[in-house]
Amino acid sequence: MSHPGLDELREWDDRVVGLVDAFGLECAPQEFEICDHNDMLGYMAYSGMPSQYPHWSFGKAFEKQKTLYDHGVSGLPYEMVINSDPSLAYLMRDNSLGLNILTMAHVYGHNDFFRNNSTFVDTEPQYTLARFKSHAERIRSYVEDPVAGPTAVEATLDAAHALALNCQRNMSLRKTTRSEQQQRAIDMSTPPTDPNAAIHAPLSKEDPDLSRIPLEPEPDLLLFIRDYNPYLAEWQKDILTIVHEQAHYFIPQMETKIMNEGWASYWHYQVMSELDLPDDLRIEFMINHNQVIRPHPGGINPYHVGFRIWQAIYEREEGAGPIDHRRRDAGHHALFAARESDRDSSFLRRFLDRDLVRDLGLFEFTEKGRDTVVSKVADDQGWESVRDTLVASVGTGSLPVIEITDADFQGSRHLHLVHRYQGQELELPHARATMELLRTLWGRDVFLDTVLNEKPARLHCSEDGFSAESTDR
Amino acid sequence: MGATFRPASRESSDRSAGDRLRHRQKVRRSIMDNIGDIVAEESIIGRSGDQVVKVPIRGIKEYQFIHGKNQPSVGEGAGDDLAEGDVIARKPGDAAGKPGQAGEEAGVDYYETDITLDELIDMMFEDLNLPDLERKQMSSIESLRNTKRKGYRKVGLRVRLDRRRTVRNKIRRSLSTSSRTDVANDERVPFRAEDLSYRHRTTEIHKESNAAVFCIMDTSGSMGTTKKYLARSFFFMLYQFVARRYEKVDVIFLSHDIDAREVTEDEFFHKGESGGTFVSSGYNKALEIITDRYHPDLWNVYAFHCSDGDNFASDNPSAIKSAQELCDACNMFGYGEIKPQRATAYGNSLSTFSRPSPPPISTRC
Repeated sequence: MSHPGLDELREWDDRVVGLVDAFGLECAPQEFEICDHNDMLGYMAYSGMPSQYPHWSFGKAFEKQKTLYDHGVSGLPYEMVINSDPSLAYLMRDNSLGLNILTMAHVYGHNDFFRNNSTFVDTEPQYTLARFKSHAERIRSYVEDPVAGPTAVEATLDAAHALALNCQRNMSLRKTTRSEQQQRAIDMSTPPTDPNAAIHAPLSKEDPDLSRIPLEPEPDLLLFIRDYNPYLAEWQKDILTIVHEQAHYFIPQMETKIMNEGWASYWHYQVMSELDLPDDLRIEFMINHNQVIRPHPGGINPYHVGFRIWQAIYEREEGAGPIDHRRRDAGHHALFAARESDRDSSFLRRFLDRDLVRDLGLFEFTEKGRDTVVSKVADDQGWESVRDTLVASVGTGSLPVIEITDADFQGSRHLHLVHRYQGQELELPHARATMELLRTLWGRDVFLDTVLNEKPARLHCSEDGFSAESTDR
Repeated sequence: MGATFRPASRESSDRSAGDRLRHRQKVRRSIMDNIGDIVAEESIIGRSGDQVVKVPIRGIKEYQFIHGKNQPSVGEGAGDDLAEGDVIARKPGDAAGKPGQAGEEAGVDYYETDITLDELIDMMFEDLNLPDLERKQMSSIESLRNTKRKGYRKVGLRVRLDRRRTVRNKIRRSLSTSSRTDVANDERVPFRAEDLSYRHRTTEIHKESNAAVFCIMDTSGSMGTTKKYLARSFFFMLYQFVARRYEKVDVIFLSHDIDAREVTEDEFFHKGESGGTFVSSGYNKALEIITDRYHPDLWNVYAFHCSDGDNFASDNPSAIKSAQELCDACNMFGYGEIKPQRATAYGNSLSTFSRPSPPPISTRC
């Protein structure tokens, strides 16, 4: 469709793409959709997906964004791009030409990152849109099915959402099948071959209980419930599968937020610097760019932190002189290697050195009563701790690890779970509400072993209520 | 390898409507639970029904397993002078603030949502469990509709087709376009659309003249949130009742203890006085204002008084006399008594009021 605005954008896009290619980025085909700010609010609520299943939480997200926007608290993201092939991004009609050119350059950065970072390797981007559309259609059909209906579907979705992120988060580990686990159990119970077997008393061999469910602690809560609760209807099992799949799709984005935004910011900066811009657009670019990567005092701006780290990676190889990314120099190689191999936690651990921690003004703080107190600063003694705390808090590191250990606890088909405590305790009201949702999905009582007030405790959720008891003996 | 550009597909424009509606329904439940606070605090009297009230409510919570808050976090932007142990923020001391203050608990997000006043009224009615009949009376739109005939038009409803004029039009037309004189019945001359003539009617809404509503409140002693809620909803519903019947409604707020003052709505609900009560002062003030600005011949006057019933015994006779005068001046005079749970002697005031007869006095406890 020929449109004076669109034609101008296409022209600039050609120039941007020329530079993107010259710099060595490898992008999937890119599509831009021009929308107004209402559409953008809509897309934000649905993570940019054109199709998504119905749920009130999306309505809430929309209202929240709209409130913030209406009150001028948060501007709309000038960019929204999804991990798909072809890649789909949105540009706001109301934005100026300069901002839209910057957005396009930024989007290509994301496009390249999605395509080349190893965390995204299993996300099957060529099926993204079709997959989400299929999810939407299936769930809508359950809503309209008299056997299921909107209330039951909503209840199942509410519970599934609560547990969605409790899944295997390390994508590179392949899920072992039950028969593999059984084999492992057998192997482990077989005593090692003893060269002196002839003279030793035979070592006792304990037969493993191969019927135990699960044989090994299970981190994928939704999939487990789907497979081992025989009282779920088929449509409920499908919903659990759908929610799990979507969580799996989005987790790589959670794990690489700083790297990804930094990467896109770094390349939008390189491209805009190289583009032959008229003066007014150049000034506008500088203003917008600085706005995007300005530090958020007291918080972490992923655009800022990421951008500075990528800059540092290049400068460590090539120094701080003028940059020509058409050359494949050592700095260039360092950038592209990290773009492929890392996720935020390793990225920060590898590249945040003392100077960078200090330059970024990173500091650690905790809450003590009603006060927020600085606990570590970027001096010789404290900077590593600051870095380590940040590393532990990015991506899914901030989420508790909870695994199912027994599906037949106390012989009554009660579900027993364990929280892998590593110094951070669960938030109790949330845990209580989540366990209640878990109980509705499982159908029987739920037990969770955790640590409360630095002592071992067991949380129990039954039909009659909730209790938290210390199991310290 | 250029990118493709396309404008937004129109169908994506309100895809969130269904989800927002469902979320709104859940929020409504939450509003119902908070309605006492909302109505007590909002300046809602004097607003039209479709006006939008911004209501701060808690977002419906979405739960998952999370860590508690006492974990270290990292921020950027520290200057060189920041040292270990520095306090960078402190939460405000007393958490017992007004409702609507930002919540401190983990994961609570307060944000605003819009509801129209009509929705709020509906919810209040639900909450107060009014029987249907009263609810209908309160919410029905009284429109005195007269249809007046007002000429003829070439378009209209079939039932209003004026056959005589239509035929006459046809005859006129065919006469003027041909030389025949006896065309009326001899041959079939078809009607044309331009012949059709319909009676035109207009609805005339009988415009009532203006109304004035006097809200008189006893502000002696303390009015807590519940009492305020009751008083406010009392006045609010009565006001709505009146407002739906008149074009223009003036609201006058009078608060009294021993003396009466005309105040703004805000002061009406937020200033708590103490001291004795002379109910007659409130009535007299109202009468004064009526004579001054709202002559009953030109205005439909309504007066509603809210009290906790504790009047000085010595004042009762003059209170009754003033009440009688008010009854004469007003279309309707209403009295509501807010009774604390441990009510002491006030039966006095109530019983003296029930002596004067028409016009009716409504009581509500």
